[in-house]
Order: sequence, then structure tokens, then C-alpha cells
Amino acid sequence: MPLVKNGEITPDPWTHIADGEDAPLDAPIIVSTDRWNAERASLVHRNAPIGIRLRNDQLPDELGEDLYRFGVVAIEFPAFKDGRAYTQARLLRERYRFTGEVRAFGDVLRDQLLFMQRCGIDAFEIRKLADAEAFRSTIGEISVFFQPAADDRRPVTALRNRAVASWAY
Amino acid sequence: MYRYDEFDHTVVRERVVQFREQVGRRLAGEITEDEFKPLRLMNGLYLQLHAYMLRVAIPYGTLSSRQMRTLAHIARAYDKGYGHFTTRQNIQYNWPKLVDVPDLLDELAKVEMHALQTSGNCIRNVTADPYAGVAAGEVEDPRIYAEIIRQWSTLHPEFTFLPRKFKIALTGTDTDRAAVKLHDIGIAIIRDENGAIGFRIDVGGGQGRTPIIAQTIRDFLPKQDLLPYLEAILRVYNMLGRRDNIYKARIKILVQSEGLERFTELVEEEFTHLKGGAVELPQAELDRIRAYFAAPRYETLDNGSKELESARQADEEFAAWVKTNVDTHKQPGYAIVNISLKPVGGIPGDASAEEMEAVADLADRYSFGEIRVTHEQNLTLPSVQQSELFSLWLGLKIHGLATANIGHAGDIIACPGLDYCNLANARSIPVAQAISRKFENIRRQHDIGRLTINISGCINACGHHHVGNIGLLGVEKNGEEFYQITLGGRADENAEIGRIVGPAFSYDDVPGAVETVVETYLQQREDNDESFVDAYARLGATPFKEALYATR
Repeated sequence: MPLVKNGEITPDPWTHIADGEDAPLDAPIIVSTDRWNAERASLVHRNAPIGIRLRNDQLPDELGEDLYRFGVVAIEFPAFKDGRAYTQARLLRERYRFTGEVRAFGDVLRDQLLFMQRCGIDAFEIRKLADAEAFRSTIGEISVFFQPAADDRRPVTALRNRAVASWAY
Repeated sequence: MYRYDEFDHTVVRERVVQFREQVGRRLAGEITEDEFKPLRLMNGLYLQLHAYMLRVAIPYGTLSSRQMRTLAHIARAYDKGYGHFTTRQNIQYNWPKLVDVPDLLDELAKVEMHALQTSGNCIRNVTADPYAGVAAGEVEDPRIYAEIIRQWSTLHPEFTFLPRKFKIALTGTDTDRAAVKLHDIGIAIIRDENGAIGFRIDVGGGQGRTPIIAQTIRDFLPKQDLLPYLEAILRVYNMLGRRDNIYKARIKILVQSEGLERFTELVEEEFTHLKGGAVELPQAELDRIRAYFAAPRYETLDNGSKELESARQADEEFAAWVKTNVDTHKQPGYAIVNISLKPVGGIPGDASAEEMEAVADLADRYSFGEIRVTHEQNLTLPSVQQSELFSLWLGLKIHGLATANIGHAGDIIACPGLDYCNLANARSIPVAQAISRKFENIRRQHDIGRLTINISGCINACGHHHVGNIGLLGVEKNGEEFYQITLGGRADENAEIGRIVGPAFSYDDVPGAVETVVETYLQQREDNDESFVDAYARLGATPFKEALYATR
């Protein structure tokens, strides 16, 4: 499955590890919160980066200070219609100031990528190669934003005020 | 009226280009109808029984004459010469071809209109009092805040895939013409004891198969907190609303299951994080938007125009129309005029291209070029000089638009029903037409007094049958259409859910049953001033039941 990061299809250094599956000791892995909670003592002593996979009914505060140990928080779109992960992403970025990778996986479709990116998701596991290849063009389809979110795009309210200010002086 | 600036224009244009590309992918067979469905639903395009249906947003029901002319042109060029005004102050076209829809959207964009968020599980087109800005006793014009909410909710990245659709309505007066108690969020602009202006926020109202009256979550919300508070409610709903069952996914079910107290705690906790944050609207932006809704240049006049009085004396038909269709304006010498889209035997809410153009011309001549759409599927000219009411009425009459039945038996609200909709169990339009004919005598309607009749072709309740004084719900029994009758509903500031009176009536019998209900009321009312809904509240269902089922 192609991974898009920084707008490009890139090799994925991370491996999703299912519960019960053996975890390699020396490669970056992403585990579930159940696995993390059960094996925390041994997982913290690995010498490779670790990421966490949130179910989409979990809030980031369940992770407590451990959040900042993770290189990746992976959040799930079990179906494109299920939009809980958009809130998870914004909370991770805006409330918990998480600066690592926030990765979308599951039913990640081309037409939702811009919304995801605006909510602070910066890595995308995209099922269809054609959707992944269209990443840059699809992200650029809309250039005006009417509300602040977790990205650095300035909403129109700020742009309008700037326009007024520069006109006034 | 609000006018688009470069930013508003850009996003609407870009969205059309984006949709054109999506339609292109569908037409080229690159995506299946199933894959296309969520994309078209983001743009108000439904697939119905016979064809696609496009729902065009009319934000808070406000139209300029120029926009109305474009709607007429679209009716002619892309539909069969008609449009259908809906219970959410929008307009629907029933026959556009998929390949034409991007061009249609381009034409809308030229007059600052779009179909964004008229379907899908997002924050839908926001609605407001059709008398906004002109109602006597208004605290502040709800269009200002409706426009702010429209912009904030446009392509909102967090709230575009909610558990279910989300509807917000606003009012600025004690008299509720926006049914705020029947929305996911209802907002009333109010003053606190110190005279400061803010909002009462109601949450969890709605119709569908579980009709619920909204409960107040905040008695008084300061102005600057509006958007942070809305984000808090939406965020709690997005995370906790049910997604396993489409019929239990609306916020009303979440409010019920958590209980108002717990739900309020969750929202207030979230709000503490959002209050004062980036989403709070800058004062400069609030002022900028408010300026668009400044009053038009009214002339200094007095109430009680001589021309109006003599015309009323001279023409009984005109006098009857003034009585039902004309309302009090905040500005002396002016009046609010309602145009009924419910001619005898007509299709509720339908307007032909010619009628739309006539209304646009009359709005230019008599009402500063402004038109409103009401949730009762009628139109309003918000500011007409009292001395010009008679000539306006003559102009309306030529086009068959002077039916004097606003708020009366002929002013029936109905969904499209089985004639168009693939969700419906029963037809709504022909039932509405048959009932309308039964009450074709306008004098009789005026004698009956205020009465709302609402018809839904299925339990999704698009015809708002739960809140009709008389509500009809189409159901299917052994392959035949039947109609359940509810009584005592109301959608105003004293909102009530109607109660089912008894076993359903067949398609052929239901117009007669409605007449029986009305006759029973006429026999039992205390005097002519006791309205149907007041009489029902006093009498209860028993006399109506007896009359309806006595001969069975």
C-alpha cells in the first residue's frame, strides 16, 4: 500500500504489528494500545522507534505522557463515512501538541485527503495507487479556508482582516 | 444582503471545478456509482426514482431578485420549467442530467449560489427566520450569525463526516418562524438582564422517526463564544454520536442517551479548551458581515396608509389577502408580504420559471429586490410600502400568486413523496392537492382560522407531519398506501409533537378524514378566536376520535 508523506509517495519505514504477532527488535513498529498496555515494560526497552495505533473511539488522553514516546500515532478510518479520526487528529495536534507523525490508515480516499491534512494528519496510507499519485493535485483543488484547523493555512477571517489593515494604513 | 468577496467567489468556483472533475471520473467509468455517491452527495445531488435531483442552497432563505432569475433560468434550461422550494428554505430541481450539473453549478456560482452541504452527513445549509431584519421586536438580525455559521461550516475539515446530517436554525424574535426547537441546534438571539445580546442554545431537537423537542443547553451564551461553543457541541457529537444505526445517529439520540446534564458537562468541558481560541470570530469580521445586513433606505412614513384602507374597503378579495398574507413590519409605513405557493389544487412549494421571474420583478419594484423563502414552502417580500400593497397584489394576482391562505388549511406543507422520492411509502403531492381542493373556498378557510396541515410520504418526516396541527404520515400496508393522522403538533415557539389519533386511512379516504377533523373542530370550538390547535389542547383527542371512527 503506498504511503504518502510530505506530498510524495515514499517507502514506509514503519511496520504495523498485529496483536499476537512477533515484533522485530530493531525496526520501527506500530502497535495497538492493547499491546502497548500489556507489554509496555518490554516495549519501552526496544532500541527502535515505536508508534501507536488508536481505535477511533479512543481519545489521546488515554495515552497520558506516553504519547510523547511515540514517533507515530496511527488513526483509523474504518470507512470513509466514519469521521471520528478527524477529531482525534485535531486533538493530537492542537490540544496535546503532538509533533510526531499522525498517520491515516483504513478507508483513506482521494477526496478526503485535504480534510485530513487540515486536521493535522501528515502521513497517508492510501489504498489506490492512482489516489496516491493524485495527492498533490487533489490537495490543491481548494485554496480558500473558512475556519482555523490544525494546519498552517490562514483562514479567510485572518486574511480579510489583514487586507483591511493594509488598506487602512 | 451578504455579497461574496474574492474569497467566497474562489471557494465556490474551485468547488465547481473539483466536482466537474469528479463527474468526469464517473462518466469515464473510472469510478462506480457507489464510489461516486459520497462525492455527489457532498454537492446536493441525489439519485431518485426517475432521475437525479439537485438541491440548491438558499442560505437562511434569503434571495436577491437576480438570484431568483437565475433559479428561473435553471428551471427552464435544466428542469421541466419548475423548481420546488423545500421545508429547509432551499430549492430542488428534479430532472437535471448528470453531465449538465457542473454547468448548472457554474451558472449558480455567477450569482453567488451553490449546492454545497445540501446533503451528506455534514453541517447543512443553515436556516433562519424569513422575517429576519424586518420583524417587529427583533433583538438582532439572525442573518448576521447565520452567515457567520455558513462560512465557518463551509468545507469544515473536522465536521464533514459526522454520524448523521446536522441542521442549525436561528431566530431573533420571541415568535419562532424558524422552528428552532426542531433542529439539531436551535439558536435564539436574546438579551440578558443587563441588556447584553447573546444566544440561547437549544440542542437535540428533530423529527424523523424519533421526534424530539430540543432542550436548552445554554440559557445565555455571550456573542463572541458562538463559534467555539458550536465547535464544542459538534466535537462531542462527532466522537460520541452513534454510527451503528442510521436511525439512532442524530444528536437528539445522543442527548437522550447521555441525558442533558451529562451531555452539557461534556460540551462545557470541551468548550473550556476552545473558548478564546482561533475559531473565535474577530470583531472586525463580525462588523464586516453585519454591515451587509444594514436596513435598506426606508422612506419616512406613517402606519395606516389611506390607499391601503380605501382598497380594503373597495375590494373584499384584497382585504382577505391582507388579513392572511400581510404581516407587521418594524418600519412604520411598511409591511411584510407572504406569497403563497399553495394555489388551490397545486403542488406545495412548486414554482414555475415564469412565476419565479414574476416574483423577481415584483421584488425589484416593491421590496428592494429582496425575497425570502419560508420553511412553510412559501415566499416572502420583506419590505413593501403599505400604500403599494394593492398594486403589488394586482401584480401577484395576474400570475396566480395571490392565494390568501398563509397559515390556513390550504397552506399545506408536503414532501415530494412517492412521485419522486425512493424513500417514500406513499404519495404526498396528490393527497395535498385533494385536501387543498376540499378547502378551495377561501372564505371557509378564513372561517376555520389558523391551521397547519403537514404531509410526509414516509417516516423520515420531510413534510414535518409531527408538527402539523394536522399531520399525515404515509405508510405502506399490504402494498397499499395508508395515512396515519396525528393531531396537535406545532412548530412555533410552543413546539409540540402531534399524537396519532387512531388507525390509518386509505389514500381515497384520507382527504375526507381531514375534513371530518376540521368539521369536529368547528362544532366544538368555543368561539371563532379559538384556533384549531388551542381547541385540541383543551378538548384532547376524544371528540376527534369519535368523529373519525364512529362509522367504522
